[in-house]
Amino acid sequence: MLDIRLYLLQRLSALVMAPLVIGHLAVMIYAIQGGLSAAEILGRTQGSFAWATFYGTFVIAVSVHAAIGLRVIAHEWLGLGARALSVLTWIAFLVLVWMGVRAVWAVTAPGGVA
Amino acid sequence: MSSTDTRMKVSVWRGDHEGGEFQIFDVPAQDSQTVLDVVAWIQQNDDPTLSYRFACRVGMCGSCAMMVNGQPRWTCRTHVKKVLKDNCIEIGPLRNLPVIKDLAADMDPFFEKWVKAEGVFHPSKTRNDQIEEIDPASVQRVKADAGIECINCSVCYASCDTVAGNPDFLGPAALNRAWTLYNDSRDAGSRKILDAVSGAGGCHNCHSMGSCAHFCPNGLNPMDAIAGLKRATAAAFFRRRT
Repeated sequence: MLDIRLYLLQRLSALVMAPLVIGHLAVMIYAIQGGLSAAEILGRTQGSFAWATFYGTFVIAVSVHAAIGLRVIAHEWLGLGARALSVLTWIAFLVLVWMGVRAVWAVTAPGGVA
Repeated sequence: MSSTDTRMKVSVWRGDHEGGEFQIFDVPAQDSQTVLDVVAWIQQNDDPTLSYRFACRVGMCGSCAMMVNGQPRWTCRTHVKKVLKDNCIEIGPLRNLPVIKDLAADMDPFFEKWVKAEGVFHPSKTRNDQIEEIDPASVQRVKADAGIECINCSVCYASCDTVAGNPDFLGPAALNRAWTLYNDSRDAGSRKILDAVSGAGGCHNCHSMGSCAHFCPNGLNPMDAIAGLKRATAAAFFRRRT
């Protein structure tokens, strides 16, 4: 149940994710090596436009990629029809965006989230 | 053909589109016996109501494809000794297609998808034009030739797990045909072909699992053809927008 638009969206989102995944893993390893505390990490991310952009882009790319992937699985394994698939794709996309944006906001909001 | 005393147990699917079950037949084993020989023996000597399809018996027509021990094969080119397991063989109708009766599958959906994928020739010349000279060594012709030997047996279609999960998927054979025509310099329908394979059941649904290439009795690689269509459709998608 993939037409060319969904296919390209999934490939392009993968293209965006690839360097971000590498960056994310590199940062995780770096942060652990140096023994940074949660407070020290938050000190670097809070109010940082760069980190908000990095993880914000990541969240959008993951949401697009995963929603289309779930659509394919739901069609092939559950036999859902076109309409149900569209609803599921949009719900999956919006839920992932909502959860991801909340998480990004929690670590990058200037002054921290109360 | 020399006959021996040994006999084998053959499970044959009996039923129609509503369902059915395997029926066991006791069949004499012979030298150089094919699976199609086994089916013919049952129909001629044990149960004349058994339905199956065949024509050439030499691997040219693509009529006798069936599931043998769960795998799609040309039964006329499959030796019993290759597939016999514990003196048993299981023979069923092709997977992913409706059953007409017993071992005869309804090929209509398979051929309808060929047409849907624009797997039909789109003439670029009339009979009054000069015959076009084709260089067999040109890059485009080599690509077209790679898939030209398909005989529509539906073995790849029956082996495809994507078709099993997504009945709208056009399938490896139709897409292989579309790619062959796309690369045929005499075909004037390249735009039509790319549009036809870009829809909801188009080439982009292929997971590249490769069963089609693995099972094709002619050694073709429809998965490669589908990858070609994915590249061509993606390139055309961006070209049209610039």
